[in-house]
Amino acid sequence: MIGQDGIWTKWFRYLTCVILVVWLILPLIPLAIWSFARGWFFPDILPQQWTMQAWQYAISDISGVLDSLWLTIGISLGATALSILVGVPAGRALGMYEFRGKSVIEMMILAPIIVPGIAVVLGVHSLFIWLGLTNSVQGVILVHLIPTLPYMTLVMAGVFSNYDPTFEAQARSLGASPLKTFRYVTLPAILPGIIVGGLFAFLVSWSQYILTLVIGGGRVVTLPLLLFNFATSGRNDITGAIAMIYMGPGILILLLTAKHLSGRSGAVGGFGRL
Amino acid sequence: MTHVRIDDLTKIYPGSTTPALDHLSLDIGSGELIALLGPSGCGKTTAMKMIAGLLEPSAGDIRFDDRSILRDKPEHRGAVMVFQNHLLFPYMSVAENVGFGLKMRRTAPAEITRRVADMLERVKLPDMGARKPAALSGGQQQRVALARALIVEPDVLLLDEPLSNLDAHLRFDMRDLIRDLQRDMAITTILVTHDQEEAVVMADRVALILEGRLIQYDRPDAFYKRPANEATARFFGGRNFIPGMSCDGSFDSALGRLILPKDVATGPGTLTFRPENVRLGMPADGTNMLSAQIVDVVFLGSQTRLTLRVKDTLLEAIVNPNDVQALAPGDTLSIHLPQSALWVV
Repeated sequence: MIGQDGIWTKWFRYLTCVILVVWLILPLIPLAIWSFARGWFFPDILPQQWTMQAWQYAISDISGVLDSLWLTIGISLGATALSILVGVPAGRALGMYEFRGKSVIEMMILAPIIVPGIAVVLGVHSLFIWLGLTNSVQGVILVHLIPTLPYMTLVMAGVFSNYDPTFEAQARSLGASPLKTFRYVTLPAILPGIIVGGLFAFLVSWSQYILTLVIGGGRVVTLPLLLFNFATSGRNDITGAIAMIYMGPGILILLLTAKHLSGRSGAVGGFGRL
Repeated sequence: MTHVRIDDLTKIYPGSTTPALDHLSLDIGSGELIALLGPSGCGKTTAMKMIAGLLEPSAGDIRFDDRSILRDKPEHRGAVMVFQNHLLFPYMSVAENVGFGLKMRRTAPAEITRRVADMLERVKLPDMGARKPAALSGGQQQRVALARALIVEPDVLLLDEPLSNLDAHLRFDMRDLIRDLQRDMAITTILVTHDQEEAVVMADRVALILEGRLIQYDRPDAFYKRPANEATARFFGGRNFIPGMSCDGSFDSALGRLILPKDVATGPGTLTFRPENVRLGMPADGTNMLSAQIVDVVFLGSQTRLTLRVKDTLLEAIVNPNDVQALAPGDTLSIHLPQSALWVV
């Protein structure tokens, strides 16, 4: 059948693509228009007047959008880095070794994806108060690990289940120290998985709202929090501008790592477990 | 040039009561190539991994030039292992693979380049350095793996079934290549194999290991002429085993009385002789002659296998096809067993 699909198959494929793109892009168009509009009211199809005011405000010091952007990037990078540090060894253990209680641990790692965040965060909140981690950036980074770690660990478990550790034994035998073995043998083999897992971790952290709100206590204002503030205050133009800025990193990361997400890479094999 | 001594090396895996390797002791001369021979699961690979430092022994000692190396990490042992499935690093080029060990030893890049080119020449893969391992055939990959191990000039080279993944016609080339390079570089080498022919052809000495125990450690021809026991003889293709009594240079059994070579011990035992040592026709001096009836004739190509009945005992003989063209099951003939071909286990 390959290479000789019928005309209907071709049309169907084409149609699916169009629907998918429209689905993803369409909701964003009003937001984009809003960010350049000076008043846009029913029944106008397009605003009467255009302006850069919302953007000027958004990138000015008064709005706090840029501060919030850097903070959000910092928190997401921190959560991603910690996820990699914990998720790679955890994924190795789950992917390569059999041990007692393995299925219980797998369940516990999956739990944060299944249990609603709001339920988890209230319990975590009292724990973090006791540990003095509330209202701080560190606390927010730590609490972001709850939703990011499952993705990272499952991706790495998938990678390691297809991984042959005798390559490491071979490297050691040829004179490589454990550190060099990791650098030259293990890392290149698992890097696609780390990139994909890291990408998911970053984006999951990037879109956290409730965890940041509760643990940050309103003092750690990341972009989604700021966005929500403007959205509820009725400033559609500024909301549109911030939303555009908020989407930027996600799209950028996706473009940079698209080749690893093609499904052909072994890195996404772990998602069979989700 | 490294002299290797293995003393009572034992490995008991966790959760197991029977040792995977049971008090293995070997003395391997400097520059010697020995084979650890045995069926799969006999403990030979366990032994090799312990020498390479990839597995902790339960007991015993391994000494290189009279210095125990058990506390040395794998990367500092001077023993380099070549795995059965070659394990070339897939994202490195052939040249990077071969140069890996030198890079780990912080050799200057220019020297690495020079030595890699030289080594690839020696394994007959010049101009292949830029390729990726996946672009090579199985035989070429195995040669790259060999080059990668030899380039660091290890004290001891460990080869795990180096020929088992190769096609028959490549096997002979690889066998000769390993043997030539090993002799040339005078590297003490331990080869693990389940193939007795491979062990016999390649090794200076063969250590036969069955069920974790060393059965016999000897020159290859001794396994044919003087096997330590019936299991050894069977492993090396022995087919004829006749129980009886050895007494004063002769052996009494269901076959009658046969004259033994001089150095055979007295007492009850099992007489064995190799199928290819059975001779057809009358002996010149009339000793060890038997009258046999043919039960079966199987043409094997370059040889013919006869199943013979001598006084209700079945024997096997391997003979030249030209000598038995006219024979069929039911025919009778004279055979004799040369005195020097007999052995009692």
